Amino acid sequence: MGIEGVGARVARKEDKRFITGGGRYVDDMVVPGMKHAVFVRSPHAHAQIKKIDVRQAQAMPGVVGVLTGKELKADGIGNLICGWMIHSKDGTPMKMGAWSPLAVDKVRYVGDAVVIVIADTKGQARDAAEAVEITYKELKAVVEATKALEKGAPQIHAEAENNLIFDWEIGDGKATDAAIKSAAHVTRMKIVNNRLVPNAMEPRAALGHYDKAEDHYTCWTTSQNPHVARLVMSAFYNVAPENKLRVIAPDVGGGFGSKIYIYPEEIVCLWASKKTGVPVKWVADRTESFLADAHGRDHVSTVEMAFDKDNRITGLRVDTIANLGAYMSLFSSCVPTYLYATLLSGQYNIPAIHANVRTVYTNTAPVDAYRGAGRPEATYLLERTMETAARELAVSPAELRRKNFITSFPHQTPVIMNYDAGDYAASLDAAMKAADYAGFTKRKAEAAKRGKLRGIGMSCYIEACGIAPSAAVGSLGAGVGLWESAEVRVNAIGTIEVLTGSHSHGQGHETTFAQVVNQRFGVPIDSVSIVHGDTDKVQMGMGTYGSRSGAVGLSALVKALDKVEAKAKKIAAHLLEADEGDIVIENGEVKVAGTDKSLPWFQVALAAYTAHNLPAGMEPGLKETAFYDPANFTFPAGCYISEVEIDPETGVTEIVQFVAADDFGNIINPMIVEGQVHGGIAQGVGQALLEGAHYDASGQLLTASYMDYTMPRADDLPSFKVSTSNTPCPSNPLGIKGCGEAGAIGSPPAVINAITDALGVVDIAMPASPSTVWSAIRAKKH
Amino acid sequence: MSDVSFTVNGKRVSGSVEDRTLLVHFLRENLGLTGTHVGCDTSQCGTCVVHVDGRAVKSCSMLAVQASGSTIVTIEGLANGADLHPVQAAFKEHHGLQCGFCTPGMIMTATDMIARHPQGLDEATVRAELDGNICRCTGYHNIVKAILAASQAMAKGAKGKARQAA
Repeated sequence: MGIEGVGARVARKEDKRFITGGGRYVDDMVVPGMKHAVFVRSPHAHAQIKKIDVRQAQAMPGVVGVLTGKELKADGIGNLICGWMIHSKDGTPMKMGAWSPLAVDKVRYVGDAVVIVIADTKGQARDAAEAVEITYKELKAVVEATKALEKGAPQIHAEAENNLIFDWEIGDGKATDAAIKSAAHVTRMKIVNNRLVPNAMEPRAALGHYDKAEDHYTCWTTSQNPHVARLVMSAFYNVAPENKLRVIAPDVGGGFGSKIYIYPEEIVCLWASKKTGVPVKWVADRTESFLADAHGRDHVSTVEMAFDKDNRITGLRVDTIANLGAYMSLFSSCVPTYLYATLLSGQYNIPAIHANVRTVYTNTAPVDAYRGAGRPEATYLLERTMETAARELAVSPAELRRKNFITSFPHQTPVIMNYDAGDYAASLDAAMKAADYAGFTKRKAEAAKRGKLRGIGMSCYIEACGIAPSAAVGSLGAGVGLWESAEVRVNAIGTIEVLTGSHSHGQGHETTFAQVVNQRFGVPIDSVSIVHGDTDKVQMGMGTYGSRSGAVGLSALVKALDKVEAKAKKIAAHLLEADEGDIVIENGEVKVAGTDKSLPWFQVALAAYTAHNLPAGMEPGLKETAFYDPANFTFPAGCYISEVEIDPETGVTEIVQFVAADDFGNIINPMIVEGQVHGGIAQGVGQALLEGAHYDASGQLLTASYMDYTMPRADDLPSFKVSTSNTPCPSNPLGIKGCGEAGAIGSPPAVINAITDALGVVDIAMPASPSTVWSAIRAKKH
Repeated sequence: MSDVSFTVNGKRVSGSVEDRTLLVHFLRENLGLTGTHVGCDTSQCGTCVVHVDGRAVKSCSMLAVQASGSTIVTIEGLANGADLHPVQAAFKEHHGLQCGFCTPGMIMTATDMIARHPQGLDEATVRAELDGNICRCTGYHNIVKAILAASQAMAKGAKGKARQAA
């Protein structure tokens, strides 16, 4: 490993602009003639639109346009779609209701966009938005998925009877029933996974610019996948053909899933730019983000886990109801199915599994992937159940897990996934050692002397990342392939540009991608630039989510580097009059092995471009492109241990220790990997202790600002003890598994297991806020 | 409309603003200083923190007219030319940022925090003092580390200067 190569703890190249105020986010973009947009949104959770009167708003100072859904439809702009087809167990396709970018005759959640107002300043647009008169006829609303399925519940979409979108199953129901029937012990639980709001610090934004002379659109947008945005806006929403639409996602201030999807606002801004003849910029207020960003989680499940007399798991049955909100967001259908139920084997050898999942419309914000996406829900369900089982069986939670670990690979689970590598006991041991698990009893006694309730909890998670083999996801209903592309351009003086379809919004690609190039050619990372986030520069890509940039994006880079290396070696062999097989590239030099003959890297590059002396028939230039389609998912796994102290008088929970032991396979930059784990843990602890989206019965979001929705702050968290072990991933060239979501997946059950341990209760609802904990303590006393 | 004038990052600037214009909008839109961000509507997130007359202020909680006449430093004015401020350098060295959106506010808060604690900082104090700044990426772990490191580096630097003066 060189000082800038694979495995090195290199400080990030991209930091300079962020620490000096030079970051360029969508809201920082200014285009000549640009105007500002405000959306008029539904104040009702469910209502018919009777009348929209925009005349007064149009007459307000500075207003250049007030546009409605009727005009949008008249111009042929399409409805939003969900891009992953799921079939119910009876074979019928999922029931997708229409989602117009601007509501035409009905609104279905508080925040549904109805009218766009465009004016010289945002202040003027806001004033004019107040003057738009919309007459609604309110309808009864329903916000809980279980209630939406009840007879007589309000019907949200005509297409989905009783609000049921699909009723899907996976696994072997009969074998699972038999296992439960013949079990020595069955642990049964009801598991609720609370609804979260992703809350990237940069609110979503879009700037649409229609160039009349060129008949061409440019869209600057806060996207994790600008190419997918272009594809979908072009192919499904009829905004413009791909060659007439450029999508740029510049610096993006965090995504966590919420910026994968194509939302109404970017479509409407592009369309409105043509309609009004001016560039149109919209930037969400934070409350708008709470109302109209896709939310995460929101599952209600029952689980039965069967054990034999030796405490080995013999079967698992799960029944889940997932709330998808008012409309089907872009990938909403795959989250509670193929990203959830396929991980229900966890780290355990479970011979029989059956899961049934019903997804449901409600009058709430659409729900889609949020950091972890389905895998946190699976992990929470399994690891809470394992903990409860250990308590019921009166065995150590660590040993119950260890006894059931999968220990030989590859391992085919009963729910599609084929685990390729792992060492779950290694992570468990590392975590227990780092946490001084053996010393807990002493610490608990000491805490008791101070009047505190101390508890410890663990969670052994697995996730499927490196999303995903295209043919596999295609057969499961995905509308896209999930490969990645890379282009390596070696310039005539040897500096390098890497063009990637992965998108960095905090992950540090400008550094890690350059490290991989440095490892290969010895070129300093300052001489390697990473280009991403612009459909005019990068040909095609699938973007960043599902911890895929390392496992898939970097694998594409490796393939492109292979091609560049092969050509460079041919050129060097020709110039040095040596055999191609004897050429090696080391530390920026191209050498003939075993001799003192060499050329500096840049001379090989220069020779490729002067083309004065190339091997016969070779094309000039040194630039290669590769597409990489993964052969399998990757399977990061690990063990998290949380230790808490609870003040019984106030119900306040303090996380006194948090340990993460992860196996991410090979690592490019440990500093960046640790940072990903830290951030994921904070979000997971946030889910467990602080965060929860709450709608009242009428569908008003009560937690729609940072004064109501509790974000984890610095003083809510401890410093974390993180470590990694390594079983390299066998399916990709770098042996990478991915690290972006683990923290958010592994941590909620570890925290809740610790709290229930401290309190001596079976379950407690997330978020385990002080009032919830305090009430649980009081309920137990009485 | 009101006329306002400030010293921003060492330069005299003036302009005419709507009375309702917030300081953050004046900095971003009139002066093009887009390093100062807007992350919420309720003065909770701290991405807009700048220094007004030497004190850390959430520039979304102040009208431009209120700040008229004051001396303002934004993230763009913190470094000494090409030399990063020790807090900026520490954020880079300790990976105290990921997406970079909260970072300017974090750094401006941290410099103010360090200045108010010449005796030095401990982890609990840093965490308590960061109550007004939200980060969604880092889990604060490396932000806390960076601020502690910067505080130590600056204390050493100050001692060095004091010795030179003596």
